[in-house]
Amino acid sequence: MSNLIRNNAIVADEWTRVSPPTLGEEQVRKQAGKVVLFKLTGEESYSAEQIAQTDIPAQGKILLPLAVWLARRHEANNALEQRLEKGELGIIVATHESLEKLVESVGDINRLPIIAIFVERFADGRIFSLGNLLRTRYGYRNELRAIGDVLRDQLFFLKRCGFDSYLIRADRSAQEALSGLQDFQQPYQAAVDIPQPAWRRIPR
Amino acid sequence: MYKYDALDHQIVNERVAQFRDQTRRYLAGELNDDEFRPLRLQNGLYIQRHAPMLRIAIPYGTLSSKQLRKLADIAQSFDKGYGHFSTRQNLQLNWPKLEDVPDILAELATVEMHAIQTSGNCIRNITTDQFAGVAPDEILDPRAMAEIMRQWSTFHPEFALLPRKFKIAVSGTQQDRALVQAHDIGLQFYFDDAGQMAIQVWVGGGLGRTPILGTVIREHLPWQHALTYCEAIIRVYNLHGRRDNAFKARIKILVKALGIDEFRRQVEEEWQHIKDGPNTIDEQELKRVGQYFDVMPYQQLPAHDASFDAAISSNPAFAAWVKRCVHAHKQPGYRAVTLSLKPHGKAPGDATSEQMRVVADLADAYSFAELRVSHEQNLILTDVKLSDLLPLWEKARAAGLATPNIGLLTDIICCPGGDFCSLANAKSIPIAEAIQRQFDNLDYLHDIGDIELNISGCMNACGHHHVGHIGILGVDKDGSEWYQVTIGGKQGNDASIGTVIGPSFSAEEMPGVVQRLIEVYLRERQDEERFIDTVRRIGVDPFKQHVYAKSAEQDTGVAHV
Repeated sequence: MSNLIRNNAIVADEWTRVSPPTLGEEQVRKQAGKVVLFKLTGEESYSAEQIAQTDIPAQGKILLPLAVWLARRHEANNALEQRLEKGELGIIVATHESLEKLVESVGDINRLPIIAIFVERFADGRIFSLGNLLRTRYGYRNELRAIGDVLRDQLFFLKRCGFDSYLIRADRSAQEALSGLQDFQQPYQAAVDIPQPAWRRIPR
Repeated sequence: MYKYDALDHQIVNERVAQFRDQTRRYLAGELNDDEFRPLRLQNGLYIQRHAPMLRIAIPYGTLSSKQLRKLADIAQSFDKGYGHFSTRQNLQLNWPKLEDVPDILAELATVEMHAIQTSGNCIRNITTDQFAGVAPDEILDPRAMAEIMRQWSTFHPEFALLPRKFKIAVSGTQQDRALVQAHDIGLQFYFDDAGQMAIQVWVGGGLGRTPILGTVIREHLPWQHALTYCEAIIRVYNLHGRRDNAFKARIKILVKALGIDEFRRQVEEEWQHIKDGPNTIDEQELKRVGQYFDVMPYQQLPAHDASFDAAISSNPAFAAWVKRCVHAHKQPGYRAVTLSLKPHGKAPGDATSEQMRVVADLADAYSFAELRVSHEQNLILTDVKLSDLLPLWEKARAAGLATPNIGLLTDIICCPGGDFCSLANAKSIPIAEAIQRQFDNLDYLHDIGDIELNISGCMNACGHHHVGHIGILGVDKDGSEWYQVTIGGKQGNDASIGTVIGPSFSAEEMPGVVQRLIEVYLRERQDEERFIDTVRRIGVDPFKQHVYAKSAEQDTGVAHV
C-alpha cells in the first residue's frame, strides 16, 4: 500500500529513492550537552566516499540526492543528464542544502519532473521556506514532494508553501493524514497556494 | 477594539476542532510526546510541575469586559479560581487538565479569544504599550497595525516551525513602553517628513540566556511594507538560524554572528524579491482594521474637576493612589488607571476570578467596557473621567486592586518561577513576596520613588530581570536555589542590560540585599534622582561594596560562587 499523497489522493509511487550507503559508525554530535538534531544550513550531506559508492539503478525513475547529482552528473558520458532529459530523474534536496546549487546545475529548473525536499525531523521548518522559494523565486512548476519525517499535522503548512505531494512517514496512515490538508478553509495571509491575503480575496 | 468577522470566527473554530482531534490522537497514543509537543505548545499548552499550564493570548494586551468575565469563568470552572497575567500581556492558567483544554479553547472562541501561538517556535503574541490610543506622548496608535500583523502571523505557513520562538513588539510613542529593543523584531512607528506613517525597524533584541538589545536594521520603512519586510527578516532567520543548539537559536545570535551590516544586506536582498508583493498592506485594509480603534466617544470635559480636586485634598489615601496609579491622558478630563496586581505578599500578576469580575464591572461602569494588560503585569482602565476616579478607587480598594505602588519597589515584575514552571531553576514568587513584606511601609516606598525590580526564576528571563533597575535571577547550584543580582538595567528608549554585582545569594538573604542596595541609593542620591540615575552616575561599585561588606560582617556566608 502506497503512503504517497498527491493532489489530495493516495497514489502509487513511481519513483525509486537512491540513498548513499552508510559507511562506518554514525557520529553523534553534541552541542551544550545535547545531541544535535538538525544539520546546519550549508553543511555537507555525504562524504566523497559515500557519494562515490552510491549505487544508482540503471533503469527506471530515480530520485537522486543533490550531492550525488552534483558530483556525478558528468560521469559515463553524462548518463545522468540523459536520464534527466528523458524525465527519469528527480532530485532530493535536504532542508540544510542550497537551492542555488541545484538551480545552477540544471539550468532550467522545470527540466526536473520532480523535486523532493527531505526533512529529517518534522520540526525543521526550513522545508517551508525552500518550498516557497522554489515556487516563487525559481518558478518551479512540476511536482514538489515532501519526504522524510512527513506527518499529518504539518501538511496544511506544506500545501500552503507550494508542495503538492507528500510521502507520509511509513509508520503512519496516509489515509488519515489526508484530512490534515483540510484543517483550515480560508487562511489570512498570502502564500503560494492562495496568493492573495484574505483582505483582497473575500469581502471583510 | 477589534471585532471578529465571519472569517476570524471560522479560523478560531477550525483551530478548536483541529486541537481537539490532536489531543484525542495524543491521548489515544497515535501521537508520541515529541510529535504532540509543538502542537500543544502552539496552543499555549505546557506540561508543568503540577499540571499543564495554558497560556491564553491577549493580543497586544487588549481585552473587553466580556472577555475578562469569560476568563474569570474559565479560571473558576477549569482551574483553581485564579489566573496569572504574564509579562507578554497574556493570561496563564496553572492548573487545567489536558483533556479539558479543547473545551477551554471552545469557550474562548465564543468571546473571540484563543491560545494560538502563545508558545512554541513561531511568531508569538504581538505586544505593545498598555496606553496605546490614550497616551499623551503617543505619535500614532499602533493597534491597527498590530491587529493586521496578528492576522498575518496566525498560522503563517512558512514560519510555523522556526529555529526558536519569535517575538514582535510595536510602539507608537515618544517614550518606548513596549520594550521594542528587547524583541526579535521591534517596530517603532512614526510620521516621516512627508507626514506618512513609517517604521523604524529593530532586530535581534532579546533577553533570555544571552541578553542583547536590538539594532536598527532600517530607519525608514513605509508602513505598507511591514509584513513583507518582516517576512524577509524571518525568512533569512528561518533558513540560517542555529538549529543545532537551542541556546544559540534565537535571531539575536544570527545577527551577532553575521554582523548587522551583513544581516541587513541579506534581508534587503530577500526583500527586493517580495517587496510590493501580495502581503503589501493597502489603505483599504488599514482603514478597515483601523475603524475598530477609533477614538472612544469621549465627552467634552474641562481639564479640571472640582469634586476630584476636593477628594485629593481631603483624602490622603486616595491622593496617594492617584499619585501612583493614575496616568495622564490625551483627552482633557480623562485619565488612565492602573489596577495593581501587586498587593504586598501576593504573587505578582495573579488575579482571582472574583477580582476579574470586579475589574470587568469597573470597565463597564467607567471605561467603555475595555481594559488592557501591561507587561508589568497590571490591569489598566484607559478611559476614566476625573469625576469617576473616587468611586472607582473605592470599589477597586475593596477588591484589593488599589495598592498605591505602581512604579514603586513592590510593583515587582515576576515570572511564575519554580513553584509552577518546570523550566525554572529557582522559585521567584516567594522572593517577591518576601521583598514586598520587607518594604511594606508605603511612606518609605514613596520616598524610595520610581524603581523597577524584576525577578526571573531562570535565564529564560520571563521576568525581564536584565532590564530591571534591580534584577534578580534564580540560578541552580548543585541542586539548590540561589539568586544572582544585577543593577542598572532599564527599559525604554535608553534601555540597558543590568550588571551582575557579584556572587549570588540565598533566598533568605534577598530582602536584606535589596535593603542594602536601597541604602546606598538613599545615601548617594542627589535631588530628584531615581535609583537608576544614581546607578548610572556612580556605577556599580559602591552598591557592590555595601552589599558584600555588610554580608561579610554579618557572616551570612556569602561567597557562594
